[in-house]
Amino acid sequence: MTEFMRYISGYLTSDKTPGGAGNMFWACVYILLVFAGVSVGVICMNWLERKILAHMQVRLGPMRVGPHGLLQPFADALKLLLKEDIIPAEADLVIFWSAPFIVDLAAFTVFVVVPFGPTHAITDMNIGILFMLGVSSLSVLGIVMAGWASNSHYPLIGALRSSAQMVSYEVAMGLSVVSAILMTSMNDTGTGTLSMIGIVQQQLIQKEWFIFKFFPLGLIAFFIFAVAMVAETNRAPFDLAEAESELTAGFHTEYSGFRWSLFFLAEYGAMMAVSSIAVTLWLGGWLRPFPNLLAGTTWDQIFSYFPGVAFLLLGAICFYNVARMPKHPYFRIQTIGLAVFGVVLALVGLVLFIPAVSVRIQDIFWFSAKVAAFMYLYIWYRGTFPRYRFDQLMRMGWKVLLPLGLGVLILTAGVGLLQIRS
Amino acid sequence: MNPVAEPALATPFFFYLLSGLMLIGGILVITRKNAVHSALALIVTLLAQSAIYLMLYAPFVAGVQIILYAGGIMVLFLFVIMLVNIDRALKERQFNRQWLVGMAAATALGGLFIAVYARGKAIFPERILTTAEGNNTQRVADMLYGPYMFAFEIASLLLLVAIIGAVVMAKKRI
Repeated sequence: MTEFMRYISGYLTSDKTPGGAGNMFWACVYILLVFAGVSVGVICMNWLERKILAHMQVRLGPMRVGPHGLLQPFADALKLLLKEDIIPAEADLVIFWSAPFIVDLAAFTVFVVVPFGPTHAITDMNIGILFMLGVSSLSVLGIVMAGWASNSHYPLIGALRSSAQMVSYEVAMGLSVVSAILMTSMNDTGTGTLSMIGIVQQQLIQKEWFIFKFFPLGLIAFFIFAVAMVAETNRAPFDLAEAESELTAGFHTEYSGFRWSLFFLAEYGAMMAVSSIAVTLWLGGWLRPFPNLLAGTTWDQIFSYFPGVAFLLLGAICFYNVARMPKHPYFRIQTIGLAVFGVVLALVGLVLFIPAVSVRIQDIFWFSAKVAAFMYLYIWYRGTFPRYRFDQLMRMGWKVLLPLGLGVLILTAGVGLLQIRS
Repeated sequence: MNPVAEPALATPFFFYLLSGLMLIGGILVITRKNAVHSALALIVTLLAQSAIYLMLYAPFVAGVQIILYAGGIMVLFLFVIMLVNIDRALKERQFNRQWLVGMAAATALGGLFIAVYARGKAIFPERILTTAEGNNTQRVADMLYGPYMFAFEIASLLLLVAIIGAVVMAKKRI
């Protein structure tokens, strides 16, 4: 027993990821934490997307279930679980059954290498970015299987569109990723890295986020990736695979209840996964803003307050809305609920001010904050852009992004060579 | 409660598991009547193969295998197969009735593999390769752009010819 305890506590002093240290116990803990974190993120996104989209369209969005609709995601989940599970009679049973699981597997497996901090990743692979691109490209298989197995017209057309779209944009995406990886080799040894943690550490060593490197090359590569990742995840304005005005719901038309919710989970999981690729490659991963310009213990101290302040701010917003609640007795329970939620957020914020906690949490905070910014962008796109037509989509991918990506790749390599020579 | 130090990745268990998966997948590919099922079985085979590359301490090859074959080529396969009318395909005769030739070819290939293994035992490494897998990608790059530069460029030229050919055939007017 004592040996087991030592096995558990032994990891706490190491400076590796659980996978790197070969510690099974902590690897399992991290896997559970990441899984829970992504699931909570999906729940938050469900509420946030409906609310933000509604406010962009000058509506209120969900208001009935819980204060400001805060309990709406749980009500939705309950509804989906209780719904009748329908399988079309002519469907290919095995494939129909396994398709949602493949999509989910692909969406969640990529988080194995996502670096939330220098040691806060489940494991660090030396082919990290390749692993992420490869596994996330498997999700298209699940979509194609779902569309075909439903044995129905709309899903099949949706699946065809989605597979054509994902394969096309993967090319542009890969090119922009390669140009970012080239930048990792601009150090003393001249060898680059594919490891996700290594990429972020290179940005620290080179004192520059890759988005600003070789200006404007890094910026253009980032732009290509930012467009391609929206297309990869089948989100508006590239959501032709599930264009509801044309195809009902695209590849998951025949799915209902629990199986449909698996697709939902995978979609948002994949969005977070590609956002974290973008954050890792171009936006400095877990690094706080200005790690070199505003270096020093004072600035470290100031930036370590950010997580706590953010949560206190959220709590303050809650209390502001508590004050704005109608004073009618019907709203008493909702007002109390919102106040309790605000107190919980504020308490979390206060806990984050404890130095021992804030030191450990701030990498994760900065990484999540950057990913959250991308998630907001996704909602913003959906509220702003009209849907592309399919030929426009293909032209965009093959005739704009692909040549642009090739050009950026060649220029990056050229500029890098010149810099190494001099 | 006796934790072992660091378990080796390339254990015989995983080898037999993965090669078993590959064999089952391969047999399913040629026996399924439904073309989509065959394609999915082929994907399972390719994924198991990439895991075997991982066991051989070649992570780069494994990653590229997943991206190119499972994520790219097989999706295009499925893309085409899905448009085939399955009902009619099911009624068609599945095999050319040439069992004898097939068996002979398979036996010859198997014999060749056994012969290579028996004759050339000296060139196979005696134990598991334990080179640092950390710089596997760099090694591949050094090889491709060093001693094998010419062959590599020739191969990419061939691919370019194929791409241009596809465009010429697909487009009526250029």
